[in-house]
Amino acid sequence: MDNTTFETKNTINGPMHAALKHDSAHKHVTGSAEYIDDIPEPAGTLHGGLGLSDRAHAEILSIDLDAVRTAPGVVAVITADDIPGFNDVASTGQHDEPLLAKNEVQFHGQPVFAVIAEARDQARRAARLAKIEYRDLPHWTDIDGALENDGPLVVQPMTLRRGEPEAEIEKAPLRLQGHMYIGGQEHFYLEGHVALAIPGEDEDIAVWSSTQHPSEVQHMVAHVLGIANHAVTVRTRRMGGGFGGKETQGNQFACLAAIAAKKLGRAVKFRPDRDEDMGVTGKRHDFRVDYDVGFDEEGRIHAVDATYAARCGFSADLSGPVTDRALFHADSSYFYPHVHLTSKPLKTHTVSNTAFRGFGGPQGMVGAERIIEEIAYATGKDPLDIRKLNFYGKPGSGRTTTPYHQEVEDNIVARIVGDLEASSDYQARRRAILEFNENSPVIRKGIALTPVKFGISFTMTAYNQAGALVHIYQDGSIHLNHGGTEMGQGLYVKVAQVVADTFNVDIERVKITATTTGKVPNTSATAASSGSDLNGMAAYDAARQIKERLIDFAMRQWSVRRVEVEFLPNRVRIGAEVVPFDTLVRAAYYDRVQLSAAGFYKTPKIHWDRKEGRGHPFYYFAYGAAASEVSIDTLTGEYQVERTDILHDVGKSLNPAIDIGQVEGGFVQGMGWLTTEELWWDDKGRLRTHAPSTYKIPLASDRPKIFNVKLAEWAENAEPTIGRSKAVGEPPFMLAISVLEALSMAVASVADYRECPRLDAPATPERVLMAVERLKGMG
Amino acid sequence: MTTAIRFILNGTAIRFILNGEEITLGDFGPTETLLDYLRLRRRLTGTKEGCAEGDCGACTVLVGRLIDGRLVYESVNACIRFLGSLHGTHVVTVEHLAAKDGTLHPVQQAMVDCHGSQCGFCTPGFVMSLYGLWLSNEAPSRAEIETALQGNLCRCTGYEPIVKAAEQVSASRPSALFDPLERDRTEIAAKLWSIQSENGTIVVEKNDENGTARSIVPSSITEFADILAAEPKATIVAGSTDVGLWVTKQMRLLNPVIFINHLPELQSIASDEKGITIGAGVTYTQAFDLLSAEIPTFGRLIDRIGGSQVRNMGTIGGNIANGSPIGDTPPPLIALGAQLTLRSHSGRRTMPLEDYFLAYGRQDRLPGEFVEKVFVPRPAEGAHFAVYKISKRRDEDISALCGAFNLTLDRDGKVEAIRIAFGGMAATPKRAAHVEEALTGKPWSWNVISAVRDAFDQDYTPLTDWRASAEYRSLAAKNLLTRFFLETAGAPAELRRFEPEEA
Repeated sequence: MDNTTFETKNTINGPMHAALKHDSAHKHVTGSAEYIDDIPEPAGTLHGGLGLSDRAHAEILSIDLDAVRTAPGVVAVITADDIPGFNDVASTGQHDEPLLAKNEVQFHGQPVFAVIAEARDQARRAARLAKIEYRDLPHWTDIDGALENDGPLVVQPMTLRRGEPEAEIEKAPLRLQGHMYIGGQEHFYLEGHVALAIPGEDEDIAVWSSTQHPSEVQHMVAHVLGIANHAVTVRTRRMGGGFGGKETQGNQFACLAAIAAKKLGRAVKFRPDRDEDMGVTGKRHDFRVDYDVGFDEEGRIHAVDATYAARCGFSADLSGPVTDRALFHADSSYFYPHVHLTSKPLKTHTVSNTAFRGFGGPQGMVGAERIIEEIAYATGKDPLDIRKLNFYGKPGSGRTTTPYHQEVEDNIVARIVGDLEASSDYQARRRAILEFNENSPVIRKGIALTPVKFGISFTMTAYNQAGALVHIYQDGSIHLNHGGTEMGQGLYVKVAQVVADTFNVDIERVKITATTTGKVPNTSATAASSGSDLNGMAAYDAARQIKERLIDFAMRQWSVRRVEVEFLPNRVRIGAEVVPFDTLVRAAYYDRVQLSAAGFYKTPKIHWDRKEGRGHPFYYFAYGAAASEVSIDTLTGEYQVERTDILHDVGKSLNPAIDIGQVEGGFVQGMGWLTTEELWWDDKGRLRTHAPSTYKIPLASDRPKIFNVKLAEWAENAEPTIGRSKAVGEPPFMLAISVLEALSMAVASVADYRECPRLDAPATPERVLMAVERLKGMG
Repeated sequence: MTTAIRFILNGTAIRFILNGEEITLGDFGPTETLLDYLRLRRRLTGTKEGCAEGDCGACTVLVGRLIDGRLVYESVNACIRFLGSLHGTHVVTVEHLAAKDGTLHPVQQAMVDCHGSQCGFCTPGFVMSLYGLWLSNEAPSRAEIETALQGNLCRCTGYEPIVKAAEQVSASRPSALFDPLERDRTEIAAKLWSIQSENGTIVVEKNDENGTARSIVPSSITEFADILAAEPKATIVAGSTDVGLWVTKQMRLLNPVIFINHLPELQSIASDEKGITIGAGVTYTQAFDLLSAEIPTFGRLIDRIGGSQVRNMGTIGGNIANGSPIGDTPPPLIALGAQLTLRSHSGRRTMPLEDYFLAYGRQDRLPGEFVEKVFVPRPAEGAHFAVYKISKRRDEDISALCGAFNLTLDRDGKVEAIRIAFGGMAATPKRAAHVEEALTGKPWSWNVISAVRDAFDQDYTPLTDWRASAEYRSLAAKNLLTRFFLETAGAPAELRRFEPEEA
């Protein structure tokens, strides 16, 4: 660290707002970045396999595991009876999600037992040898099935209401009703779930888990073992992707590994095969939206009444907050003068659906954009004109209140959309496309420009807190730890930038360390796009405390006033003297200054009353817009995305390179959701799209052929967030709605744009062709 | 060992090179994968398991082998590659790329510079695919880059920075001495040559709780035929792009396994005035150049089968032999009138390819027989030939349906002959006999096409599954006839991501 002793440079490496590379980039490309399955295994490590139900809904009559127990390499079999604590991994305290099924199975592929063997291959083979007798019970796997069977809800639904929606819909000059199906989505993190549990003395257990929520894994492991939280330490250095799929879904693997490890006194690893991972972990909720809208000839919305019914799976998991967030975004960027929105979180005999980037918000917004389309085709206008007509207004316009009674105070959607409309040459291209379509019998084109407005904060208020731990060692090197997890989104480097910036030292001095429940307790999931907002602030708080102590020390030691202490790049000016940073640190140590601090942050302003449907659930909104152009083949429904232009608001970016990556990646992931990614269950309740051979996420050749992505450089968060930045994880996902809308326009061309195509999602080639056929039949 | 087998035993271990190390390996089972070997036995953990079925590319490594005496490196999926298929090859993993002092290979550096990694789990696989491209193509077009990346899934980046990295790295090529494979090419080739020159069959035995399992690596096609006669229940593995999944997904125990991917006799592809003869061991990649030169539409289909890794391993012979109703090559081969030759210890027999497919999961292959080659007649002069694959995702997807049309018109513009074959529409790849009959002798016109298209309903009663509904399959099949008509009429209307001049 002494190489900076005589440094006089004017800037540090890696301040806030610099376009730094991902901190692990070098390790990623050499294959040396360590994921849990790469950690050298402790001697005698055992491996777990899952025994799964092959019924969608049935009573378990008997379980014969003799063949499993005697299979080669098998050391133990774990059933519900072997769980020392509670057989419960329900993340929201509903007690509706057993770790292992005991008397009843509620979805095809539900874990019934675990087998522990010397080798993973042996465990997987042995798991297939069980003989389980069932008595089948009635099952339904989709939303319509649940509605037909009057199926129960997994949590209390939510209702948002403002004004007199029923009366105003009746009074409006025009009215339309319809419904839309919006498909679910598999996360397809490239690294599947994995957990490694290492038993310790007494009740201690250490677990490496690929999770976005180490604290919850800690609590769950303690819960199933029946021990105190303090005996469990959970570590996560990095995940090979999360996207919400590792917010709660890692619990089961960590818990099974921990139970087996404590029972056998040996390290135990669980790493399900991809097919098992896709079968036993939840996905994005699919929805059916029933809408009723009153509007006028201009296309201005008077009132909206909509019901968002969701396939939640067999248990609640996060379905309550997910369906809530769908309603919070059922307005997209539009002011509904009168509105009534209701959720229906339906129980189905499928794996319990869970968090996924956007957390219900995307489904809410897709429903809103369908309503816009309906109005556009009914009034013969460009959907973009309908969008602009219905945007939330500026403060004072009387058009700023959301269905949940929060005021939209930081609205920049009109500017974003206006800028993009110009930079993407939207109007000229739309005219050219209309002309092209007139002269092209088979290939048709479409273009759409759609907005994004996404509310930032956990709607569960308690989650909006974070902790961090910063140490400075005697050599001036800095150890950084916080509650956020790294899943590729660049959180670690962003928070390190905050710390480097606070001390005004090169980022190389800051060591980013694995998230550990033993260092920062009671953390929230790294989710809801909140990672850098919360942990950046908490780390800033910790660094600021140490910095204050260093300043106090310098004032004391050098007998100077506060204004005479200035942190220059890698050095500190104290009075007339300039001292290298590490010299100051070492001197402070000898003066017995505490060089470690715990930081804390909680988001201000927010509150939410779910029963009343009223409050201020979001600290601020993130905005964006995308314009996409597509071509479709009206003989086969095949399509391609020709061009996408994006302008996105991340406030004052903490790291523009990382943020651009989030925007591009989020868009393409969203595009996959709305196009080729289709989940398909058969009549037995089996998920048949259970691996990349059958479930198709986008490839390089699916991304827009021309892809122009820009951050709104003029943007700055109106709220005092870290560096005036904004959250970026989820909002760009919804930019992909422009692709669905563009496909819809191309379909609409076959009936001369007189009919709303009512193209459901995912818009597979099949759905596109069938929509074309329907419109041709009407034309 | 069965006494009936007659062959010269060369040894009980295979030999190959792993990065910089010569390996002699004699303790592995016939279905042990290269990926497990790398990760579990060698702790080369840069190579990842993402799906264990050859679809995500996180396990991509390069395998170098001598093809006609030339050392060629190809990307493959280590997750479904069996160890027994590696004799006489050079396996290169991501750990081999950076210099000893830690300096990144230019391909790696470009990925860092362009922000091509986020979570990083897919990254080693992308690096290896990009490296394979870098070795074989000095100035790839965007289309070629995307083709090289068809077998790699990334869930974080949206691919844009990875494609940019590929472009950046092709713009600046340092001296060959920097690159480990270019530097050692002569030496490696000589070593592989020496391994290959040893005669005789290799049998590797592995004893475990299930008994003795054998990997058999015959040294010639004659030995292969003899061994198969003695071991008619053996599983024959060429590319293992299908059999690999029997193991990783269905957990099947296969024993013995005969590896044939290295046999030069099965790897010849040649054309004469009548047509093209493709040996059963010819990979899609090996077939691509000749097929796309002779029958361009067939070449475009090959580029949509699996990803590069699968095309570098999978064979047209295997695609036929396994008899899948959704195999991509049978429809065009049947439409072209391909002839299949089966060989055994006691001789050969040849049949029209469509006769080989008897029923779902059942083919006309007798015990002891193997697919030796397929002969593809060249389309007649002036004939129209097209093949269309329809899938949910354009690339690296399995067909919902795949249709091939081979039309000859007479001087009056009437249909002299037409052969239409579809996959995905029945339990086997199947000709549309009723449609063919209804068209034969009729004018090739819009009215006739419109009148005849419903005859597809007499030929096919497709199923509904996760790839498509029966209704979609039926409608799309009819519409593909329309597409074919428009193409022959000089008004092609098929979406192309890249114009020919861009590709």
